[in-house]
Formats: sequence, C-alpha cells, structure tokens
Amino acid sequence: MVTPVDHDLRERRIWDELARIADPEIPAISLVDLGVIGSVVVDEERARIEILPTFVGCPAVDVMRSEVSDRIGALGVADRVEVEITFQPPWTSERITAAGRERLRLSGFAPPHVGPTIPDEAAGLDELAVLPIAECPYCGSRNTTLDNPFGPTLCRAIYHCADCRQPFEQFKRV
Amino acid sequence: MTELDATTREALAELLLAVADDEFVIGFWDSEWTGIAPMLEEDVATSSIAQDEIGHARALYELLAEVTDDDADRIAYGRDPEAYRHAALLNHRRGDWAFSVARRYLYETADAVRLEALARSSHERLAQLTGKMRREETYHLLHAEAWLRRLADGPADVRERLADAIRRLWADAQQLFAPLDGEGVLVTAGILPQPMATLHAAWTARVRAAVEPIAGKLPDAAPSADGRTTRTDDFRWLHGEFTMVAGGVEAATW
Repeated sequence: MVTPVDHDLRERRIWDELARIADPEIPAISLVDLGVIGSVVVDEERARIEILPTFVGCPAVDVMRSEVSDRIGALGVADRVEVEITFQPPWTSERITAAGRERLRLSGFAPPHVGPTIPDEAAGLDELAVLPIAECPYCGSRNTTLDNPFGPTLCRAIYHCADCRQPFEQFKRV
Repeated sequence: MTELDATTREALAELLLAVADDEFVIGFWDSEWTGIAPMLEEDVATSSIAQDEIGHARALYELLAEVTDDDADRIAYGRDPEAYRHAALLNHRRGDWAFSVARRYLYETADAVRLEALARSSHERLAQLTGKMRREETYHLLHAEAWLRRLADGPADVRERLADAIRRLWADAQQLFAPLDGEGVLVTAGILPQPMATLHAAWTARVRAAVEPIAGKLPDAAPSADGRTTRTDDFRWLHGEFTMVAGGVEAATW
C-alpha cells in the first residue's frame, strides 16, 4: 500500500530526475526549466507525465518522450511509466522558469521577451510576434536588430547586436 | 468528449483531412525553396515555415487516425494523388518567388480565419490543437504580409509579377472554403463553429482590401463543390516526390 509520504517522495524523485534531463536542442536548459513538463501524476502502479511541446511540429518531441520514459523508468518508482504529449495547456514562453531564462542567457540565447499575458484574441496574438529589439546575451545591449524571425529551429529567431557585433538567437515568444 | 455518432465522425474526418492536406501540401511546396530562395534569410525562413506546416499536418493526421481508427503514416503517404483533399490553390507548382509569395499570402490569411474559428470548436482536442497552431501561424502570417508589401512596393516588373500571380490564383484560393459534405452536421454540433460560407465572406472582405490595390479589381468568385477534389499534373509530380521514401522503404515512419 502506498502511504502519502511514499507518494510525495516518489513524485519528488520524478521531478528531480526530470530536472536533470536536458532539452535535446538546447542542452543547457532542462525540460523542467523549459516548462515543457505539464504534469506528473503518480498512483499505485504507474507514473504519468505530460509533455507540452514548445511547437506543434517540434522534431525533438519524440526524443524527449523516449528520454523521459527511459530515465523515469530506470528510477524504479513505478511499475509503468506513461508519457503523454498534450496541447492543454498550450506551452507558452512564459512557462520558462527564471532559472531557465538565466541558463539560456549564459549559453548565448536571449530569453523570450516578457510582456503582459498574451490574450487569446486575434489582436493580442499579432502583438506577440517579431519584436524588433532583444537584449544581447553577450553584452546586455539593447542596440540590436531582428535579422530573421525564423532561425535554425522552429523556436528560435536570429538577431544582431550593433554594439558587440555578435549575431545571436532569441527563444521565440509564443 | 462524448462518443460521436457515425455521421458526425465521418464529417469530422472530412474536415480534418481537408485542413491536414492543405498544411501538408503547402509545406512540401515550400520545402522546394530550401537552398534556392532569393536570400539566405529566406532559405531559413521558408524551410522553418515548411517544417511548421508539415508538423501541423502530422498532428492533424494523428487526430484523424484516432477518429477513424487508421494510421497517420498511411493517411499521409499511402494514398493515391486523387484521394488528397487540399484546396485547388495548392495544385500549382511553386513557380517564381512572386507566385509563391502571392500564394502564401492568400493561404495564410485564409488559414488565420479558419484557425480562429476552429480554436472555438466544441471538439476539445481539435480546439486545443488549433489554438496552439494559431500562435505559431501568427509568425507565418506576418511574414507573408511583409513579403506582399515588399514586392508590391518594388520596381514595376516585380509588382506586375505579383499582380499577375494574384489574378491567376484568385479563383483557386476561394476553394480553401469549399463546402464540405458533412458541414451541416459539424456546424450543428459546434465542431465547426461557423459555416464555410461565413468564413469565406470574412476572408474575402479582408483580402480584397489588401490585394485589389495591387492586382486591380478581382472578379466575383465563390468556392465550388469540386474545390478540393480536382488534381493536377503539378500535384501528381509533388506526390511522387513526397511519397518516394515511404514507397521505396517499407518500414519508413515519420
């Protein structure tokens, strides 16, 4: 029989392990700090983990799914591990933790712009895209320009810093 | 969500297939620009947009496969060209850059209208998926609008190529809102919150105002019943390209 203490402990161990799994495309940040872990539910015989893809077509999702399944399976806290992909709630860039934003910056990515909560209205959606200015992760300057709202992966845009003359990427706001 | 009856399920499958095939086919046409777009930034952008669209198609095919107890790979790659249900707009090969920009603008504006409606669907999974897709498509729409303006403000020959492409694609673009056989059932159930004709009217008003200053007065045009069933040699060629791996390697999956 699972006591409440056991239950909390098992759940804690799963979250701790998830916090050690790196994002496949930006290994500097963990799945937890990226905000793609939607929920962890543990009961008598199974652990159920929900993953929220950053983008619907993210090709890294299958890698995340098998990595989570293998690593949590290896913990031995549940007989069965179920990993589900869901869009409810939708992943938004606000889900990246403060620690995650700092990790992004240290590895040369501008974290997504933080603005007012994005309303689910057409007008609000237009505002979220393509901000002309991002803070350079190398020198902190805001004297930067957007080179391309589309970058090397679906979730990244390309900027250029006019002060330290570095190109850099920003994690897109969605 | 409560279990759907057979008629509603069939109508939902028809809707999902239409939207998925649109996303799938425009994604493959866009991928034809990878490596040869007019500039490096555009190589990256077009490829990224193509990857988004094919990713959306995949998610829609997977939902469809659950509804019809089928297999997403089979639906995507295992059909004859005549069984695809994308709108006539996507029957044309990519053409020159102005042609691709014109098509993408017409497509993205229509897709935005459609997604705005589907994100309010009573079908929970469809509403969740399209709600998420909408946030990504916003980037595509802004990109298409920026290119339309850029070519329209360009030298006379560029503007004329763009205008010509808009005129050539105008009738086929209407077919993105071609009526579906099971539409009445979907509207009654709230799965499709508004009829295609209503969505079409909203799109037309918006798009005419933007493209008529470029292309001149465009004829009255309406979606037709065969708007998603006519196929062309251009599409048959593309189909041969995108089914090449699936057709040649039996165990290939997404």
